[in-house]
Amino acid sequence: MASTAPHFEPPSRALPRAARRLCEARWLGRIEYGEALALQERASRALKDAQFAGTRADETLLLLEHPPVITLGRNAAEADVLAGAERLAALGVTVEKTNRGGQVTYHGPGQLVGYPILDLNPDRRDVGRYLRDLEEALIRMLATYGITAGRSPGATGVWVGEAKIAAIGVHLSRWVTTHGFALNVTTDLDAFSLIVPCGLKTRGVTSMQRLLGRPVDLEEVARRFVPEFASIFGREVALDAAAVPEGH
Amino acid sequence: MRVDVIMPQMGESIAEGTLTKWLKKPGEKVSRDEPIFEISTDKVDAEIPSPSAGVLAEVKVQEGQTVPINTVVALIETDGSATATASQAPAAPAKESSAPAAPAKAPAAQADGAPSPKAPPASRPQAQPAPASSGKPEFPKAAAMAAAGASEEEIRRVRSSPVVRKIAEEQNVDISRLQGTGSGGRVTKKDILSAIDSGGASAGAASGGAAGGATQRAPGPVTHMPAYAPGERVEIVPMTNMRKKIAEHMILSQETSAHVTQVTEVDMQATMKLRAKHKAAFEERNGAPLTVTAFMVRAAVEALKAFPVVNSSIDGDNIVYKKDLNIGIAVALDWGLIVPVIRNAGDLSLSGIAKAVRDLADRARSKKLSPDEVQGGTFTITNPGGFGSLFGTPIINQPQVAIMGVGSIDKRPVVVDDAIAIHYVCYMTLSFDHRLIDGAVGAQFMSHVKETLQEARFPDIA
Repeated sequence: MASTAPHFEPPSRALPRAARRLCEARWLGRIEYGEALALQERASRALKDAQFAGTRADETLLLLEHPPVITLGRNAAEADVLAGAERLAALGVTVEKTNRGGQVTYHGPGQLVGYPILDLNPDRRDVGRYLRDLEEALIRMLATYGITAGRSPGATGVWVGEAKIAAIGVHLSRWVTTHGFALNVTTDLDAFSLIVPCGLKTRGVTSMQRLLGRPVDLEEVARRFVPEFASIFGREVALDAAAVPEGH
Repeated sequence: MRVDVIMPQMGESIAEGTLTKWLKKPGEKVSRDEPIFEISTDKVDAEIPSPSAGVLAEVKVQEGQTVPINTVVALIETDGSATATASQAPAAPAKESSAPAAPAKAPAAQADGAPSPKAPPASRPQAQPAPASSGKPEFPKAAAMAAAGASEEEIRRVRSSPVVRKIAEEQNVDISRLQGTGSGGRVTKKDILSAIDSGGASAGAASGGAAGGATQRAPGPVTHMPAYAPGERVEIVPMTNMRKKIAEHMILSQETSAHVTQVTEVDMQATMKLRAKHKAAFEERNGAPLTVTAFMVRAAVEALKAFPVVNSSIDGDNIVYKKDLNIGIAVALDWGLIVPVIRNAGDLSLSGIAKAVRDLADRARSKKLSPDEVQGGTFTITNPGGFGSLFGTPIINQPQVAIMGVGSIDKRPVVVDDAIAIHYVCYMTLSFDHRLIDGAVGAQFMSHVKETLQEARFPDIA
């Protein structure tokens, strides 16, 4: 059942140039969960404001890593956090409840977290498609490192063999997305023993470092993710603040 | 009346959703588009907005339950009295009437035994409240009300204004037998006067049932095409108050002004670069995003100062120059259109404008604009480009004399110093009242706007 055999839906076609939306990608480095949440809220608000004003606001892709934190999605069971409060405190791991979909997950150093703040109106109003597109962008990026990753039917996320390498959880409000994915790059995988990731008791987690047998630069992974994301989502993505390239 | 709230379709492959949380309790008031519950499908959580304003009357699906899409999860009792809050509420059309059938959404024809067209579930805010852009619905309300046993008096009231009723009374004309050309099939003053002129409307002279819309008229040119043929498969949805007002206002404007539209190409490169450079710091400092709209308002303000006639109104044979620059911003809503006004925009800095835009858009969304915030505009800016149009030819917002339209801002090849460069470019339009503004003035006005934007003259940005 847990095959990584390609279960691809056809990749989304890029929109013609004129219809492309501008998406500003920001590498934030290590940033507290709450702080990133506030940035997401602000970006999401700008898009929703623009919906109402009939204007076009830029979309945002936040790329970052978090200090150790366990987050509970809307469907999380408390029992999925295995470690007691004292052990978590001793390890410096905080616990946050969030409004994203999904269950429980761990974020920490060495994990690339991506929060795309996109307006899926008018042509991408399909949550299934959005999840598959996020997976696809990650799968393609991993391929540039020679990692063959895939999907597992019925289990959103990106998988290599039996192990999960990237988790996905999303929140939608007026079809504006928040939250996103967490990809294990050099994550300390032992930290996942604190939880039952995504409520899946039987399957393990892995990281790029474990698969490649060498450390991998997190920012470089972020950098390689951007063009894959841009092409899958048909967005014009500018990394960092240079939203407007030199014309001439 | 009660409106169904349904489990929305969240995507092609998704057949069901889990209701994770009620954000409102039965008995609580909800405004239209306010999130009322949250759902979860696979790895996605979403807030679902209310399809109507009213009171959450009944919850049919409990937290944690998973139901197929289009399942009715709750009922909202829409409040007839709330229609007093004017144009923003999706008002029940016959608010004076206690007749049972004043459907805001239900097909109007169902009560009279006609085959009831399948009503699409009303989960999302209805973007197109009435399928009547090309014609006027004929008697929909009257037919529905007649079918529902409403009195003639009620039908008359729905289909006319006090003035028309007074004329009807004086001239002994039966309004319910007239074919209205006003919005929603209303009998206008013009209709009743022409009916009296042609002598075809005195009581008993006309025959034919309302439902067929086949009222016999005196011979003359056809002024009103039926919106649908008997037996045609249609769904009839009364216009909201907002839609009716927009319709009336548009026609009034077309009949009032001599509309002319000019198109100007504006190289937005410098402004977009300036925006990118200051965006983050600006938002940090002001708590409001540095939107393109803010630049547009600013550029228009400078041009209005240079060409005061564009900021005027016509009063009979007089030109009324407005000393204040009150700039209306057309805001598209899921349920229509509203034009909040930035007061004294001539005195505002770029950041002041940005904050005002943010504030007004916020409150337009949450329906918290007060009536005076949508009145008193002296010039309007609209943004068809927001939805991808290259440019538009907007209709003047009366009693103003001009409206500026901003097209989509796209990268295009342009010639700069005899070389081809890729720049952000925008087509901007000015629709103006040619009774007062000559083509040359219109063009000069837009040249002024263009220069401000092309040279990014926004010294107070930082």
